[in-house]
Formats: sequence, C-alpha cells, structure tokens
Amino acid sequence: MNILIELFSYDFFVNAFLASLLAAISCGIIGTYIVSRRIVFISGGITHASFGGIGMGYYLGINPLVGAGIFSILSGMGIQLFSSKGKVREDSSIAIWWSLGMAIGIIFVYLTPGYAPNLMSYLFGSILTVSTGELWLMLALAVVIILFFTFFYRTILYISFDEDFAKTSDLPVNLFNYLLMILISLTIVLNIRVVGIILILSLLTIPQATANVLTREFGRMMVYSVGFAFLASFIGLLISYFADIPSGATIIFTQVVIFGLVKLIKILKF
Amino acid sequence: MKKLLEIKDLSAGYDGNIVLDNVSMEVFSGDFIGVIGPNGGGKTTLIKAILGLIKPISGELNLHISKTNIGYLPQVNQIDKRFPISVIDVVRSGKADSALFSSFRKNTSEKEKAESLLAEMGISSIRNKAIGELSGGQMQRVFLCRALMNNPELLVLDEPSTYVDNNFEGELYLKLKELNEQMAIILISHDVGTISFFVKTIACVNRNLHYHPSNIITEEQLTSYNCPLQIITHGNIPHTVLKLHDEHEHHEHTH
Repeated sequence: MNILIELFSYDFFVNAFLASLLAAISCGIIGTYIVSRRIVFISGGITHASFGGIGMGYYLGINPLVGAGIFSILSGMGIQLFSSKGKVREDSSIAIWWSLGMAIGIIFVYLTPGYAPNLMSYLFGSILTVSTGELWLMLALAVVIILFFTFFYRTILYISFDEDFAKTSDLPVNLFNYLLMILISLTIVLNIRVVGIILILSLLTIPQATANVLTREFGRMMVYSVGFAFLASFIGLLISYFADIPSGATIIFTQVVIFGLVKLIKILKF
Repeated sequence: MKKLLEIKDLSAGYDGNIVLDNVSMEVFSGDFIGVIGPNGGGKTTLIKAILGLIKPISGELNLHISKTNIGYLPQVNQIDKRFPISVIDVVRSGKADSALFSSFRKNTSEKEKAESLLAEMGISSIRNKAIGELSGGQMQRVFLCRALMNNPELLVLDEPSTYVDNNFEGELYLKLKELNEQMAIILISHDVGTISFFVKTIACVNRNLHYHPSNIITEEQLTSYNCPLQIITHGNIPHTVLKLHDEHEHHEHTH
C-alpha cells in the first residue's frame, strides 16, 4: 500500500492515473455506441487516417494532435461521402481513407528534417508522458460526452437501433450521425496519447465486449464499459510501471485478461 | 371516408434503377390493403417511398396525415438482433418524437402507453428482456407494439409473418382485423393465399401496380397482371388457394 501512496506523490503518475480515468469515460461511452452500431471498422479507418495529420503536424511544426484531429474528422466525413455519393462500397471506402492517411503520415515524417521525436508514443501510446494540457482537453471531452449522452440518450439509442424507423419518426438522424462521428473522431484523437494509434481500437471494443457479457442494455453497457476500461487501464498502468514494459500494450493485455475472466465466470455460473 | 395518402405516377428505385414505374394509388381511412407481388417486384420500395425513406424519382406522393401518424413494422431481417436494447425501450422508441431532450422530462404517459400495449399483446412478462432473447413471434409482437405507440391512422407492415409460427400468424391477422376498425392498414406479404382472407383489397406490385378493389383474386387476373406468385398455404388458417399459372406447379403445403 505504501508503495501506491508513494507512486501518487509523483506528478507523472497522477497524470497517468487521471488520463486512464478520463480515457475510460470517453472510450467506454463512445465505444458502446461504436460496438452497438457495428461501426468498429469505420472507427479503425478514422484512427489510422489520423496518422496523416500527425505526420503533417511534424512537418509544419504544429502540435501533431491538432493535425490528427483535422485528419480524423475529415476522414470520418470522407468515408461517408465516398460511400453515399461516390458509390464506393463502404468497406472499400474505409480502406482507402485508412491507408491514405497512413501514407500521407509516412511521407511527411520522412520529409521532416531530423529525427521525429515521440513518433513511437503516437503509434503505441505513452500514458506516463501525458501532459497537463492534454489532460484538460481529455476532461473537456469527457464532460461533453457525458452531457451529450445524458441529454440525448433516447434519441441516440433509437437512431442507433433502427435508423430507418427513427427517420419515419422525424428524428434528426443525419445531424446526430454527424455529431456522433465528430465525437468519435475527437475521442480517438485525444486518446492516442494513452494507448496509441495502433492500439486504440481495443479501448473502444474490449471493455464493451466484457460489459456485453453481463448486460444487454445500452445504458448499462456504457457504465460497465467505463468501469472495465478504467480497471484495465489502472492495473495495466501499475504492471507496466513495475515490470518496466510498454504501458499501452500492457493495458490492452490486461483488458483481454479481464474479458477472459468475466467470460469464464459467466460460463461457470450457468 | 378520409383520404390518407395519394400516389400519382410515382417512379422510385435505388441508384437510378427504377424499381417502381409510374405507380398510382390512393389510401383511405378504413382500408385494409394487401400488397402482394414477387420478390424484387417493388413492394418494400413502395412503402419506403410512402414513409419518406427514399425520394421518388418522378411523380407525386401526397400525405394527408403527418408522417408520425404512420405506424411502421419493418421486415425483421432489417433489425440488428444483437443490439443491446430491452423490449420496453424498443416499444417506447415508437414515440420517438418525444425522445429529443426526453432526459429533462418525465414521460410517464409514454411509458404507461408502452406498458399497456405490451399487456394487450400478452407479453408484459418479457418487458425487460433484450430483443435478442425473443422468439420470432414475440419479436413481431414487440414491433407491432412499437408501430402502435403513436395511435397511427395508417399502419404499414412489411412481411410480418416471416419467422413466426402458424399459431401466431393466425393470431396476428385477427389482431390486424381488430385494429382495422380504428386505422387503415397496408400489409405486405408474399403469402397471397392467407392474406386474401383478411384484407379488403389487394394491390399487386410488380414494377407496376394493379389495384384490385376486392379480396378475391383469380388465377386469370394474376396472369394478366403479370404477377407470378408462389402460393404457400398453412394448416388451420382459412385461405383462398390460388395456383401458379405456369406448367410446373409449386403448390407447396408446409403441413
């Protein structure tokens, strides 16, 4: 116990702790929406496309996360535009944006003179180096998401469950689809620092799969997902600190172990 | 009789492909129209146009009632059965126009309405189950409850008898007959034999639409309408048996 108290006396550890809590909130809620609506692949496309913005950020000398934000929102819109107006199959459209973003990122990182610092931390995450400024942004996002999903809970639920029926009820389906796409993009971008581009899909799917073992109710699934995401992030954070192994990967590994345990308990109980 | 909607020379389809060509039709209060026709003939396209889910390519579609006054029961295979949602929430989504900002308000009347519909349909006990746990018949009952949430003036059902047992099918049609006293009904079915006993009029949709102002339709009429149908008949349900007009008869008896 003493060692935990000692850990919390380090600023970097407190920051990492807060980052895992805030990541759990945004990813737990947004991930439930993504999984329920079966748009995991779109989210993967947006995630990877954001790498283009990171490369551009390096090249232009601006904060790479700003670039990533712009790229992820544009790719989210682009995927929808390609498949609805351009008559490209949706999964192909996702793959195009997915690889285009990665390609742009690689080209710009290459063109940037000198060594690109922290590049690995964007790819694989580095929760121990999250800055206070980034924490404020993550807090703002968590608050926006909690408010949005609380106020519009039923609208989001009905649109996600049966979009056509929601349209016949005159709900603003397209508006909500775009707003939620923007929230997905922001969630992805602001959590890149926690687990990295390559691994972020895990925070949006594994806690939700774990929650889904215990409940089949949208609202409860969100709350449980936040809980499981936080549990895994915190345990993973501790393991990675003491074993001196990469934090992002350890968090994901912990998530899968928790998923396996919950599933096992459920199977043994019935 | 009140005119609920009017379709005039309507053409509709997807990606520029015309599925419905120059279709005209009127629906009045008290109507019970059975829409029959082959797969891909445009039955679902017709109701999607009526519901405003697809834009007509040409022609006119005039609703004389508000869109939220149409109750809609979609084909079951359009529903994601693993979606994490409970039965009571599915039913409540039928009154979705009150969903915006609903977190601020107490919607007791809406919740009571949902509960009473579930009770009326005899499925109160499954109110908290996830939809994925339901049988085909239970699911159709739930979606019928959802369609009735707004006390619609027009009820539109797309193949409500798929994936259900014959018992429920008979029950469903009797329920619809009862509902027809309060609202007009458009019922899509591939099963012309059974529905012709319950509906008042028949519309045959096969790229074109032929409206038949009675529920008895003969083989010759089907032939002249170019409306080839596979006829399926069921055990205890009263029905008018029709034959296919080609040489190889598919007279299928499931029982």
